[in-house]
Amino acid sequence: MNSILQVIPLNYYVALAAILFSIGVMGVMFRRNAIIVFMCIELMLNAVNMLLTAFSTYHGDASGQVMVFFIMAVAAAEVAVGLAILVMIYNNIRTVDINELNKLKW
Amino acid sequence: MNPSLPFFVLATLSVFSALMVVLSRKPVHSVLYLIFCFFTIGGHYLLLNAQFLFAVHIIVYAGAIMVLFLFTLMFINMNKELEPHKSNLLKGAATIAAGCLLLVLVAITKGAETLPAISKSSDIGTVSNLGKALYGQYLLPFELISILLLTAMVGAVMLGKKDVE
Amino acid sequence: MVQFAWLIPMFPLLGFLLIGLLNKRLPVSLSGGIATLMVFLSFVVSAVIFREVAQDGSVPERVVLFDWISVGDLSIPFSFLIDRLSVIMLMVVTGVGSLIHLYSIGYMHHEQDHPRYFSYLNLFVFFMLLLVLGSNYIVMFVGWEGVGLCSYLLIGFWFKNIDYCNAAKKAFIMNRIGDLGLLLGVLLIYNTFGSFGFREVFEAARNFPENSEAVTAICLLLFVGAMGKSAQIPLYTWLPDAMAGPTPVSALIHAATMVTAGIYMVVRSNVLYVLSPGASEIVALVGLATAFFAATIGLKQNDIKKVLAYSTVSQLGYMFVALGVGAYQTALFHVITHAFFKALLFLGAGSVIHAMSGEQDLRRMGGLKKVLPITHATFLIGTLAIAGLPPFAGFFSKDEILAKVWEHSPIMFFVLAVTSVLTAVYMLRLYWLTFYGEFRGTQHQKQHLHESPATMTIPLVVLAVLSTIGGFIGMPEVFHTPHYLNEFLAPVMWKVNHHSASETFEFLLMGISLALLLIIMFATYNTYVIKNVMPEENDKDLQGFAKLVANKYYVDEIYEALITKPLNGISSFVYKFIDQGFIDKLVNGTGTSLNGLSGVLRFVQTGNIGGYIFSMVIGIIVILVLTMIL
Repeated sequence: MNSILQVIPLNYYVALAAILFSIGVMGVMFRRNAIIVFMCIELMLNAVNMLLTAFSTYHGDASGQVMVFFIMAVAAAEVAVGLAILVMIYNNIRTVDINELNKLKW
Repeated sequence: MNPSLPFFVLATLSVFSALMVVLSRKPVHSVLYLIFCFFTIGGHYLLLNAQFLFAVHIIVYAGAIMVLFLFTLMFINMNKELEPHKSNLLKGAATIAAGCLLLVLVAITKGAETLPAISKSSDIGTVSNLGKALYGQYLLPFELISILLLTAMVGAVMLGKKDVE
Repeated sequence: MVQFAWLIPMFPLLGFLLIGLLNKRLPVSLSGGIATLMVFLSFVVSAVIFREVAQDGSVPERVVLFDWISVGDLSIPFSFLIDRLSVIMLMVVTGVGSLIHLYSIGYMHHEQDHPRYFSYLNLFVFFMLLLVLGSNYIVMFVGWEGVGLCSYLLIGFWFKNIDYCNAAKKAFIMNRIGDLGLLLGVLLIYNTFGSFGFREVFEAARNFPENSEAVTAICLLLFVGAMGKSAQIPLYTWLPDAMAGPTPVSALIHAATMVTAGIYMVVRSNVLYVLSPGASEIVALVGLATAFFAATIGLKQNDIKKVLAYSTVSQLGYMFVALGVGAYQTALFHVITHAFFKALLFLGAGSVIHAMSGEQDLRRMGGLKKVLPITHATFLIGTLAIAGLPPFAGFFSKDEILAKVWEHSPIMFFVLAVTSVLTAVYMLRLYWLTFYGEFRGTQHQKQHLHESPATMTIPLVVLAVLSTIGGFIGMPEVFHTPHYLNEFLAPVMWKVNHHSASETFEFLLMGISLALLLIIMFATYNTYVIKNVMPEENDKDLQGFAKLVANKYYVDEIYEALITKPLNGISSFVYKFIDQGFIDKLVNGTGTSLNGLSGVLRFVQTGNIGGYIFSMVIGIIVILVLTMIL
């Protein structure tokens, strides 16, 4: 499986990660459903994870992959808490439309 | 077979499914596309020889996180399309902004191709190698992560309870 | 024992802290006792050191407590100078001080605020000792400012009376003018001689040419400080007003000790003044003018304490004349005797006021001789001492000043002699009006008349004894007895003219002054007791010179018109136009405009999360672009 490293230059992965990240950003701006916004954030995290793994492999340094492992753990924690908050919001105001969550202002 | 073919196939699939996550009207479709996207990213991990990460990725993301998402959707019964979509102007603005970001990101990382590859040894992603790193150099953060997860669990349970007294 | 000199100011400081901090938690009668004990302990230590210095103390000793200011080349130790001059002042301050503390216990008996009074009084003694002991101008300056502060606090002791508060402020501000002069003088000393230490400065000054401009400037600036502290023209008007404080305070601060700080300072700097005959001449002239004018004002005052206050100003003028003509020991001699008899007179007046339930007007007194026998006897001694009847203390010191002035300038001698006559006149007028004739107060006051308690009479008696024998430390040469004071002080002085007037002149002077005094005694007795001439009830009935004098030459009014009013005018102009019109608007305008801008800017916070994310992404793009470009 070493072949992949020989045939695919590193910057292909960089470009792929950038594309996935940008799609995530677009989704965050695009959608109003808080759950989907959440999913887009996960997408962005995954783009970064993939880039880290790519760098780690190409450089032969395990640290990058350890970081990915940590990011996954933090993401899991974040999703658990975030979704719990969302459920609570929905229980209270019967919507998860982020445009309705605009009480925090002057 | 062209050795670079798996990469391009996986890349196309992940970009397509990511786009579908954003563009699908129904939240359930978004979730399903996201699962598919995660699987393709998992494929990239395999291509990159990171078997351990592949396993963890599938378990955490495709297994746990996505189940959470589906459960949440089920809880709040968001089966059909509930959200009134944003105006086209805003959509356009969002797309242009994201495109700009992509452009800038690609432009700014252009220098990456000149980085020399230090080592081509590809067995660092194995379980034994990563295990050594995790329980050696990164032991303390590794243990701290467990506290973080515990805290998150407690927090989620607290938030999920009704009428906390 | 000299090494224990730090104990001397330490005791009153301890007393101040103890009484001031415990305050109301102390038993009522205890605060006065502690304060008196502390000052008395200082007196004991001072006495031991005095003995030591008197026996062998040939070299002045410097006691360094700690390094105080040490910046670059400048090093100012917090140190005391124990020499013959400072031990004499120590004895006067702690001796008279402890007597007055004792007196205060009785005098302040009816007051509520015991601890505050006694803590201030102890603090005053502490600062006064610092002033006297300091071995450089800076430590002296600290004491100098400290006594000014305590004077302010004690004049305004009854701070609920707005007039008293104003008197306190007046004293403080007038002193401040003088203190600025002193500070400039001290800085100029450093500039000229490169040190603040007395020893170094005088060492350097000895090799200085006479009449140099720098030394004259220093002397004049120091004298400005002395003017403020020792109430000389033109800064004397605070002292009569300072009588607003409790009477023991007037006795301690405004008669015996603090106001003589100026004289002490000039005596201490005698090396500099010797070098500058011009400045000395000015000192003498200012002193002369003060002595004369204050004495004339004293003639027409009807408030018992005001008379004594003007008499103090006048006597201080005497001392400055002595300083001006180069008779430093004589000035110090008069400081000592004056401390005795003026403290005695003030305390006697306090006893009278105490008996009269707070009445201070001479026109309401009279006939107190029988009711207040001890007060009367001691007050008589004080009066005779200040009037200059031999063998009481005032006679010797005053006579010595007159003799020294005669050598210097017969015209000045003549003015001073007239002043001395005036002194006798107003003091005897005060005496006759207070103790002889019919009682002129209300029936209520008459019933309350009583001799003061022992705590008050003991200090009176001690001071009366001192006023009687105090003069013998400086007998005139004609009696061929040693002049103890001059001999004692000789090591501290530099280039003092020792040749005195001829014997015939001395005897003539004594004879004339004695004869004049007797004449005045009978004349005033005739006027105020036999003919029973009373001061006018209303100042408006007065005519001509008498009116001018009764109104203190309108000096306060002149100051008011020439200085206070224009200053107020300028201040209110600056306040209205510059402060309110410009600075306030600038400051408030900054605030108001920021407030307005924030009011506009807060609408940016819409609460719309989509909008926030959008701006965040734009921001990220901009930052990345900038990173790329730069």
